Amino acid sequence: MSIASDPMTGIPAAEVEDVELYHPHSWITKYVFSQDAKVIGIQYSLTATAIGLVALVLSWLMRLQLGFPGVFDFITPAEYYQFITMHGMIMVVYLLTALFLGGFGNYLIPLMVGARDMVFPYANMLSYWIYLLAVLILAASFFAPGGPTGAGWTLYPPQSILTGTPGGQDWGILLMLSSLMLFIIGFTMGGLNYVVTVLQARTRGMTLMRMPLTVWSIFTATVMALLAFPALFVSCVMLMLDRLLGTSFFMPALVEMGQRLNHEGGSPLLFQHLFWFFGHPEVYIVALPAFGIVSDLISTHARRNIFGYRQMVWAIIIIGALSFVVWAHHMYVSGMNPYFGFFFATTTLIIAVPTAIKVYNWLLTLWRGDIHLTIPMLFALAFIVTFVNGGLTGLFLGNVVVDVPLSDTMFVVAHFHMVMGVAPIFVIFGAIYHWYPKITGRMLNEAMGRFHFWVSFLGAYLIFFPMHYIGLLGVPRRYHEIGEAAFVPASAHDLNAFITVMALIVGFAQMVFLFNLAWSLRHGREAGPNPWNATTLEWQTPETPPGHGNWGKAMPVVYRWAYDYSVPGAARDFIPQNEPPRGPAG
Amino acid sequence: MEGSVRTQISATAHRTGGIQGFVGDWSSDQTTFKDVSWGKAMMWIFLLSDTFVFGCFLLSYMTVRMSTTVTWPNASEVFALEIFGTHMPLILIAIMTFVLITSSGTMAMAVNYGYRRDRKRTAILLLVTATFGALFVGMQAFEWTKLIHEGVRPWGNPFGAEQFGSSFFMITGFHGTHVTIGVIFLLIVARKVWRRDYDTGKAGFFTSRKGRYEIVEITGLYWHFVDLVWVFIFALFYLW
Repeated sequence: MSIASDPMTGIPAAEVEDVELYHPHSWITKYVFSQDAKVIGIQYSLTATAIGLVALVLSWLMRLQLGFPGVFDFITPAEYYQFITMHGMIMVVYLLTALFLGGFGNYLIPLMVGARDMVFPYANMLSYWIYLLAVLILAASFFAPGGPTGAGWTLYPPQSILTGTPGGQDWGILLMLSSLMLFIIGFTMGGLNYVVTVLQARTRGMTLMRMPLTVWSIFTATVMALLAFPALFVSCVMLMLDRLLGTSFFMPALVEMGQRLNHEGGSPLLFQHLFWFFGHPEVYIVALPAFGIVSDLISTHARRNIFGYRQMVWAIIIIGALSFVVWAHHMYVSGMNPYFGFFFATTTLIIAVPTAIKVYNWLLTLWRGDIHLTIPMLFALAFIVTFVNGGLTGLFLGNVVVDVPLSDTMFVVAHFHMVMGVAPIFVIFGAIYHWYPKITGRMLNEAMGRFHFWVSFLGAYLIFFPMHYIGLLGVPRRYHEIGEAAFVPASAHDLNAFITVMALIVGFAQMVFLFNLAWSLRHGREAGPNPWNATTLEWQTPETPPGHGNWGKAMPVVYRWAYDYSVPGAARDFIPQNEPPRGPAG
Repeated sequence: MEGSVRTQISATAHRTGGIQGFVGDWSSDQTTFKDVSWGKAMMWIFLLSDTFVFGCFLLSYMTVRMSTTVTWPNASEVFALEIFGTHMPLILIAIMTFVLITSSGTMAMAVNYGYRRDRKRTAILLLVTATFGALFVGMQAFEWTKLIHEGVRPWGNPFGAEQFGSSFFMITGFHGTHVTIGVIFLLIVARKVWRRDYDTGKAGFFTSRKGRYEIVEITGLYWHFVDLVWVFIFALFYLW
C-alpha cells in the first residue's frame, strides 16, 4: 500500500496492491493465447461476428424460401427448419450474448472501472478458447451426417430428439447440446471475472454509483447469466441423456409410426420451464447491456448528463430481478396450469414499469441537449424508437388472451426481432462506431457509416412492420410454405416477397459496414485519444489504443461520476472522471 | 464540492459495523467486500451459480417423480445392505454421509492450521480430507456397481419408475464428479503446501500469481459446498 489517502479530496488510499500482470514474451502469447482482456474482447467480437455472418446468410436463405416459395427448390423443408434453428441459436447465444458480455464486457470493464486487467486473466483466456471450441462444434454440425438440428432454437422435446426432426436421431442435436454446454462453461469462467472485477478491482475513487451505466448493465447481465445458464446446462444434460441413454426425463409415453417407443413418464413441460427459466433472463442478458451502452452514447453525444442516474441503476437491477419471474409467459399455449398464466402475465406487465422509466430518462437526457447527430447518436436514437415499438407489441403478447391467437404467428417473430434482435444490434453498431477510435486509433468512415445507418434503420422497419401485419392476418411462423390457405389473402404473399427483397438490401448494407471496419483500420482519420470529448476513464488512457496494463505507471484516480457534461462554469463542456476538483475539498 | 464530500463519508463509513457499515462498504470505492480477496470472491460467486445447477437437478428430479405414472421405488429398501446376516436399510449411505461430513471437519482444521502457517499439519489434514473424499467416491462406485448388478439402468430398473434410476445416476454422478474434482484440487494444494510454495509465495504454473495460504481456504469453500449439496441429495433422494 504505497499510496496514501489524499487529504485534499478525501480519496482513500489504495486497498489492493497493484497486481503482477502476466507479461507476454512472444507474438503468440501477445495476440493469440493472450491474457489481456482487451485482446480477448477483440477475439470474442471477431469470432461472434464471424459466426453471426453464418446466421445472417441463413436468414437470407429462409427469406428467399418464404418470399418466393417453390422458386428455390434446393431449400427443402428439412433444411428450412435447420436454417431457422441455427439462425436463432447463433444470433441469441453465440452472437449477441458473446458480443455484449465477452466482447464489450472484456474490453470495457477494466478500462471503465480503472483496472489494469480482469482479476483472473488466465481464466479469462480459457473462457475465450472454450467459446471458440463451442462455436466450432456448432459450425461442425453443418457438415455432420444428417446436418444440424432442425428442432427450432427452443429445442423442445419430444420432437427435438425424434426421427421426424432433422438431426434428431443423427449428430445434429448432440452437437448442438455439447456446444451449448461448452459455451456455458466458457462463459462462467469469463462471467466470474467480469463480476469480481467490478466488485473488487475498481480504482481509487471509483464507487459503484460513479460507474458508467455501461458497466452497471454488463455487470447485472453477467450476474443474471451466471444464475440463468445453469438451467440451460441442466436441461442440456438431461436432453442428452434422453437422446443417448434412452432415459425419460422429458419423454412421455409415445407412439411413433405405430411403434411404441421405449420412453415413459417424463415431462416435456419440465424442459420448457427449465429452458425459459434460462430463456427469459437471456432476453435481458442481451437487452440490459444495450440499455447501459445506449445511455452512455446518448449522454456523450447529447453533451448532457444522463437524466436520473440512480433511477437508471435501480431500473437495471429491478429489471434483472423481475426477469427471473416472468419466464412462463413464453408458455401460455403449452398446456401448463392456467393460473400460472395469471401470475406470469402480471409480472410481465410489471416489468414494463422500470423499462418505461429508462425510456423516459433517455428522452429527458436528450431534452434540450446539445445533440450531435453523429453515427453513434443516430443508432442510439434508432434504438429508442425500435425498442419502444418492440416493447409495445410485447404488451400484446404478455397478455394471455391476446397471446393465444397470436402465439404461433409471424407477429411473434416480428415482435422479438424488433425488441431483442434489431434494437440491441443497433446499440452494437452504435457502440462500434463509438469505441472503434479507441480500439484502433482511427475513426470509421463517415459516409459509409451514414449509408449503413439509414439502410439498416429504414430497412428494419420495412422488414418488420409488414411482418407484424401478416402475423395479425394469421400467417403462421415456422412454416416452410404457406400454400393455399383460405385465410391468407394474396397481398400477404406480395408482402412476403417485399420483406425478402428488403432483407437482402439490409444484408448488403452490413457488407458495407464490414468493409468499413477493415478499410478504416488503415485509411480512417486519426482519432486522437478522445475524439468524442467523453468523460469516462477509457478515453483518458495514456496511450491510444490502450497499452498492456491500460494505465502506464500511475493508476487513475476518480473524483466524479461519469456524466459531467456541460457543467455550468466549467472551461470545457465535459470534465473527465479523473480530473481533480478545483479548490479545497468540503 | 459535493462529490468529494461523498467520498469522505464512504471512506470512513466502512469501518463501522451493522447496516451503516454495509451501506458504507457498498458505497465505497475500490472493493465492495472489504478484506475479501479476488479469489475468494470468485469462489463464492461460482458456488452461487453452482447452487443453481444442483437446484435445477433436484427440482427436475422432483418433477419427474411426480410426472411418472409408475410407482416410485422405496429408497430405503433399494439401498439396504445385508451385513453379517442383518438387513440394514441405507447403511452404506449413512456411512458415506458420515465420511463426507467428517472430511468437512478435517478441512476446517486444515484451513485453521494454514492461517497459522503450520505447513506440516495443514498438508497432512488436506491429505486426510482428500482420503475421506476418495473413500466417499469409492463407496459411491461400490453402490453403483451393486445397483447395476441388480439390474438398475438409467433407462429402467426392476423396482419401479424408470426415472428412479435416471435421476439416481445423473445426480449422484454429477455430485461424485464434483467430489472427484475436489479431491484432485486438495491433492494439488496439499503438494504445494508441502513444497513450501505458500511460504515462499511461489507463482502458480498457469496463472503466474503468487501462492498464498488463502488458497487452502478457497479450496475449503468448494469442499464444504460439495458436502452441503450432499446433505440435500441425501434428504431429498434417499430419505424421501
